[in-house]
This record gives sequence, structure tokens and C-alpha cells, in this order.
Amino acid sequence: MSQSFIESTLRGFAQAFSKALISEQAASQPGLLQSLDPRVRVVGVLALVIAVVLCHKLAVIGAVLVLGILVAVASRLSLWSLATRVWLVVLGFTGLIALPALFITPGSRIILVSGLPLSISAQGVRTAALLVLRVETAATLTTVLVLCTPWTHILKALRSFRLPTEVVTMLAMTHRYVFLLIETANQMFESRQSRMVGELTGAEKRRTTARTAGVLLSKSVELSHEVYLAMLSRGFDGEVRLLTDFRLRAYDYLGLAGFIFAACLATWMGR
Amino acid sequence: MHIPDGYLSPSTCVTLYAFAASGWYSALNRVRRILATRMIPLISVFAAFSFVVMMFNIPLPGGTTGHALGVTVAAIVLGPSGSILAVSIALAIQALFFGDGGITTLGANCFNMAIVGSLVAYGVYRLIAGRSDVGARRRALAAAIAGYVSINAAALLTAFEFGIQPTLFHDASGTPLYAPYPLHVAVPAMMIGHLTFAGLAEALISAGMVSYLQKSDIGLLRGIRDFPGGLAAANSAERPFPVRLWWIVGLLMLCTPLGILAAGTAWGEWSSADLANPAARTQIEGASGHHVAPSSVPAGLQKLSAIWTAPFPGYAPRFVKSASFGYALSAMFGVGFLVVAALVATRIANRLRKRESRS
Repeated sequence: MSQSFIESTLRGFAQAFSKALISEQAASQPGLLQSLDPRVRVVGVLALVIAVVLCHKLAVIGAVLVLGILVAVASRLSLWSLATRVWLVVLGFTGLIALPALFITPGSRIILVSGLPLSISAQGVRTAALLVLRVETAATLTTVLVLCTPWTHILKALRSFRLPTEVVTMLAMTHRYVFLLIETANQMFESRQSRMVGELTGAEKRRTTARTAGVLLSKSVELSHEVYLAMLSRGFDGEVRLLTDFRLRAYDYLGLAGFIFAACLATWMGR
Repeated sequence: MHIPDGYLSPSTCVTLYAFAASGWYSALNRVRRILATRMIPLISVFAAFSFVVMMFNIPLPGGTTGHALGVTVAAIVLGPSGSILAVSIALAIQALFFGDGGITTLGANCFNMAIVGSLVAYGVYRLIAGRSDVGARRRALAAAIAGYVSINAAALLTAFEFGIQPTLFHDASGTPLYAPYPLHVAVPAMMIGHLTFAGLAEALISAGMVSYLQKSDIGLLRGIRDFPGGLAAANSAERPFPVRLWWIVGLLMLCTPLGILAAGTAWGEWSSADLANPAARTQIEGASGHHVAPSSVPAGLQKLSAIWTAPFPGYAPRFVKSASFGYALSAMFGVGFLVVAALVATRIANRLRKRESRS
């Protein structure tokens, strides 16, 4: 227990690496979503997520979830990976949040809990189901997009939507340095743990964490300076130029039309 | 505190995206002015740092652990604008790459944590730190309080956004369509965890890091202009207000009479005269889902409405006969007043900043 804060932090770092690795592997596989232009993927999935948020009918949101699962299967994603990464996590988190709504949402009572002054209302069941299903569907769609699209392609797609080049560059650089800093923090925690004999008091644990974060901050600022000098040496003058070599084919237009049609239909039917 | 997709209604998401966009725009312009070509590497690496710090498990008194946001340290080291950008980028990466927080709710998450969090943290820190020495213990205390207050301000805002959902967005049977808990449930449920664990975690990591930096890397606490490598002071020179924006403001002023095209009174902006008028009451009831308006003008409304009489009631001064001209005149008056107020505030802020840099 005494080392749990280091171990749990290290576990978090390992999970981040593992997620990134799974994404890279899935994105390089051939599949339905991978074969579409990244801009079509981003617009299409975003349209479906917006449609889900606009929908007020459980059956329609459920249909979009089924569509998301079909796209995942056609894109050769593991359903087990989706279940552990999305469905169970959302069910555990949002399900727990939605649970009290069954009892406290005012409305027509459909179930009385025997022996307790509690009852479940029809409105409570519907609102809890709407929340859980909507979050599950949106999270499934987003995860399918992320798993099937390399980060660099998502960024290029964002750039073609007129997002400022500086913002796109910062997102790209942040993503790159997140893993470097996770590795650095990982090494600092591991080296601290390997030198630890006995138990640390609560205050010592907090000092260790703050010191590690402080050192990481100093290293980050130094790193930014080094990166800046390296950029200058390559001729950086403040202007960011990105290559956007995507070309939409007839197949991509077909895919886009399919996504937009599904999103419009879901929005219309789910009013 | 990362709101996933589906908890907030589309109109709430759009409104909060608009708020966040105005914060991002102003922060980007300000940071670009101060850092110039150094902006991209510094903000990117700092965003990566913020991301990693959010993954730290902070040991709390009582044997448990909590996660901090790291927004306070970002605001102290980078200033509020830099912090807004760095934390927003970290949140965007979390949402887009790791699925932590939604895409439709990214504006809400950035507004709550990156924008309000940074501004509150910086304001509280500066207020408590005052003119104390950068190495003074008071600064660590200021960081702790700033961390605690900022995380709770962000949590309160999140709870408010959740809490208004069932009131504003429900179907005919009364079923809430998004976050299901009203304010009196959402606010305490959200705040209990933040007033205790999350607030404490943010306070401890902020104070601990400021104490560490005071001993080891004090330059980082003096602001981004004193960072290693030095930032050209020339970069911070003030720039005039862009001409294109003046054109846009002028165009918007000319467009203000468009409001006349809308029939009836804007929802919720009813005067006591509207509530007393039977025709207006029918309109109010129609616009409020056929909820019956109060049978008489509420006493509080009647009393308060008599306190102040606007110089331009209904956006038209009494001496102006044309409603369109009255609207345009009101717009000019309003914009002129705001421009003068902004100029005065900027001048005062610049004077204070110069005085501080001299000391």
C-alpha cells in the first residue's frame, strides 16, 4: 500500500502506451474505415456523434450503436477490445451516475421496492437508459474513429477544416512529446521506487510527487527551448506549412454520402 | 470533471463552444504577441507536461490518492493565456486520442477547466501573493489556495451545466433528455468530491511544485518573459486593433435593426407592462410551452423595474422616430461605451504591469 501511488501512476503510464500501440496497430490494418479518406472519416463520425446527441429516441440511438458496431467489424476491430475499452468502462461510470435517476426522477411509478420507501419511475428508467445508451454510442463511434485513423491523419483532416495551422502543429507536437514526457516521468518514478527501502510517510509521498512533477516541469521548459533551437536551425520563421496530400475519390464521396445520410436519418427519426 | 458526449444538450454544447472559442482566440493572440516564434514549441511541450501531470496519482491525507488538473501551475508559470492554450490542447488530445471527455463537449470541458480554471487560478494566486518576493512562502500558500479554488470553480460550473439540463431539456412526459439531475442534486453531488479529494490534490500539487521551483528553478515563477533562452521584449510590443475587426464591428452595428424583424418579445425579457397586457400574456404562454403566466405582475418585478429607467428604452431614444435608426444609434452608443471602457482598462493594466516590471 505504501508504494501504491507510484505503482498506480506507473500503471496509468503503461495503459497510455498500450492504448497508443493498439491504435497504431488497428489503424494500419486494411478495413472499411481505413480505406476511406481521413476527412471523410472525421466528418462522417462527427456527424453521427452529433446525430446521437440530437436523438431523443432509444431505438434510433440503439440503431446508430449497431451501425457503429458494424463499421467496427468491417474495419477489422476487435469487439473484445471495444467491450473492455469502451462499453464496460462507460457502463461502470455512466451507469453508476445514472442509477439514482431511476429512483429520484419524478413520474409515474412502475416498480415499488418492497420494504423500502423507494420506487422506480418510467421517466427515471427512460432518462437513465437515454444517458447510458447515448454515451455508449458516442464513445463507440469516437473510439472506432481513433482506432482506425493514425493521429497524423486526424490532424491533417482537422487542418483541411480551416483549423489554424499553429493549433494543428501544437496538437501534433503535444502528441509527440506526451509520450516522451510519459517515458521521462516513468523513469523518474521507477528510479525512485528502486531506491526505496521501507515505507514513506504521507508527507514524504506528497513531497516525492511534487518534486517529480517539478523536475518534469523544468525538463519540459528546457526541452521546449531545445526544440525551438532545433526548429530555428531548420529555418523555422514562425510560419507553419503542412502538406495536405489527400484526394477525394468517388469511393470517398460515396462513404461521405452514406455517413451524412445515416446521420440525417437518425436525427430526423430521433426527434 | 471531463464531461463525455451525451451529458449536455446540443444547444449547451454550442453555447459553450462559442464561449471557449472566444477564450481561445484571445489567448492565442496574446500568447502569439508575447512569445512570437517560441509559442509553438513552448505551448506544445507544456501541454504535454499538463497531460502527464494529470496522470499522476497524488497521495492525499488518509491514505487515498487523487488526480490533479495541473491548471494552477500552468497559470502561474505561463500566465492565464498560455495556460488556457496548453490545458485546452491537453484536453483536446485526451478527448481525441484517449477518449477521455467527449468531442461535442470539448468546448464545455475547455471552458470549465482550461479557461475558467486558468483565470480563477491566476487571479487568486496574484491576489494572495500580492507583491511578495517570488521565493516567499506566501507564494506556496497562494498556489495551494488558488489550486483549491480554481478546481472547485470549474467543478461548480460543470455541476451548473449538468443541473440546468433537466429543467431546460425534457420531453412532454417530463423525462430529462440529457444529464438527469437538477441543480439541487447535481451541485452537491459534484462538489462533495471536489471540495475534499480533487481540491486537496490540486492544492497539494500546486503548493508542492511552487515550493520545489522556489528552491530549484525560481526563474520559472517569474513569468514566461524570464524563461531560459530569453524572450525578446520587442515581441511584447502592443499592436493596434486589427482594421478588419473594426469593419466587422461596423457591419454588426448596421445589422442591429434586423432585430425588429423578429415578432414579439424575446423569451424571458418580459416587462411588467407585457405581463399586464392580455395579448402579450397569450404570446408569453405560447412561447413557454403553454405554462400559464402569473395572474398578476410579480411584486418584486414591479418594484425593481421602477428603480432604473434606461436612457434608450426599447433601443430607441425618445427623440428618435425611426426604430431602425434608433437601433443603429443604440449600437453605436453601446459599442462606443465598451471601446472607451476597454481602452481605460488596458491603459490601467499596462501602467500596473510597467510598475511591476520596474520593481
